[in-house]
Amino acid sequence: MNELPQQLANGLALGALYGLIAIGYTMVYGIVQLINFAHGEIFMIGGFGALTTYLALPSGTSLMVVIPLMIIGGAIASVAVATAAERFAYRPLRGAPRLAPLITAIGLSIVLQQLVWGFYPDAKKPRSFPEFQGESFKIFDNLYLQRADAFTLVLAPLCMLALGMFVAKSRSGRAMQATAQDPDTAKLMGINTDRIIVMAFAIGAAFAAIAAVAYGLDKGQINFEMGFLLGLKAFTAAVLGGIGNIYGAMVGGVVLGLAEALSIAYIEEIPGMQQLGGGAWANVWAFVLLIVVLLVRPQGLLGERVADRA
Amino acid sequence: MTALLEVEDLRVAYGKIEAVKGISFRVEAGQVVTLIGTNGAGKTTTLRTLSGLLKPSGGRILFEGKPLAGIPAHKIVALGLAHSPEGRHIFPRLTIAENLQLGAFLRTDKAGIEKDVQRAYDLFPILGERRKQAAGTLSGGEQQMLAMGRALMSQPKLLMLDEPSMGLSPIMMQKIMETIVELKASGTTILLVEQNAQAALSLADQGHVMEVGKVVLSGTGADLLHDESVRKAYLGED
Repeated sequence: MNELPQQLANGLALGALYGLIAIGYTMVYGIVQLINFAHGEIFMIGGFGALTTYLALPSGTSLMVVIPLMIIGGAIASVAVATAAERFAYRPLRGAPRLAPLITAIGLSIVLQQLVWGFYPDAKKPRSFPEFQGESFKIFDNLYLQRADAFTLVLAPLCMLALGMFVAKSRSGRAMQATAQDPDTAKLMGINTDRIIVMAFAIGAAFAAIAAVAYGLDKGQINFEMGFLLGLKAFTAAVLGGIGNIYGAMVGGVVLGLAEALSIAYIEEIPGMQQLGGGAWANVWAFVLLIVVLLVRPQGLLGERVADRA
Repeated sequence: MTALLEVEDLRVAYGKIEAVKGISFRVEAGQVVTLIGTNGAGKTTTLRTLSGLLKPSGGRILFEGKPLAGIPAHKIVALGLAHSPEGRHIFPRLTIAENLQLGAFLRTDKAGIEKDVQRAYDLFPILGERRKQAAGTLSGGEQQMLAMGRALMSQPKLLMLDEPSMGLSPIMMQKIMETIVELKASGTTILLVEQNAQAALSLADQGHVMEVGKVVLSGTGADLLHDESVRKAYLGED
């Protein structure tokens, strides 16, 4: 049976998840040119916020109620941590050499991970999420969609669409674009750029929390280390798509997700490449793709050339 | 009577280097006042300090009698001080219409904003023709028009223009200067920073000559235009 549709669906769902997280990297980078390497941990904390909410609800509550509340709880946790990080770790370093906030971000990432490991009850081993997967949806004979994948594939485009509308049409979105393009001049327009920066961190964190819930529902569990590799992949997706561009984040995520899924399925069928296929090599192929794309298009797939400042 | 803007012994430093070393001047409502001088004289630094982008290291700035010290840039606009920065700094990836809208960011009177957008198009018809175009695609002179139009959108009591003629063709420069005269005639108070001393002095009520962070000479535009040292130093005569 032709398994290509199934592989594409898997890749698309994985890519949408990367894209949701990648938004956080790209929005912050677009506005303050900071690579927030702690964003993977913001994603992880969103997961633990959602878990806390789940555990606080009476058992037997319908998933239709539990999951929205988990998203809200997760977003509250991730937004709180992300905005606190902005205020106390990054803002004092604004105007400092680029390396200083970058190292701060890496340090912050380790601190957040260790705090969850050390202080969240039983976080030293994986913690269970609500049972969600159940039976897959059958689309065609050769295409089944897992419930968690369907969840991601519905939510991610909706979030993107909402964000796109917000940035293009709303007053705050306009202010966000102005701040990204020219922060000093944005101030001259009366825009409180500090508030816009906080907003960028908050939106990225909320998206990460949604991704964390989707991820937890997919795997059935979360753990304190999950932010590292997913954060790195999402960052890759952001760069691949063109960092600073919100649609680029989603495109980069999807391309990366598809590349991983297809490499798992097909590379080992190429004669002489049996050793280089399967799940173990998926990460390698993902980063190979990044390197190749950056060689050809250093600004990323949807990135803009930086030559428009008069 | 208090002036619209009073600058007293203003000092601004970048680290240990003092760029503005204690300057004083006034701008009365309805006047055009110009700061002229060579590159590095501290003119742009002065404007950036007035609009709150830089913090003064000493002295006082009074706007309508109230001190501006400690007020962040985004709140100074609300007081009625608009700044069209050196190098124009339009938002290149937003359209012309969006750039103008951003100039009115703090206003809530939709009808009034629409009217003022229209006024900007009347003042600079080319902006109206290209309103849907990304501002980065405009020529230098058109970008300057947009920067001026955008600054006017906040309905400022004082309009600060930094080097509006920089890098423009003579025809474009002429057009910009005519616009300044028009704005003056309609009652706009303007603080104009220019390297083109001839043009600036011929339309200014008051002028101040800056050299390495200090005001070395002040007078009416006409006086300075006829001052021998000014003619030698800035108007290329000997």
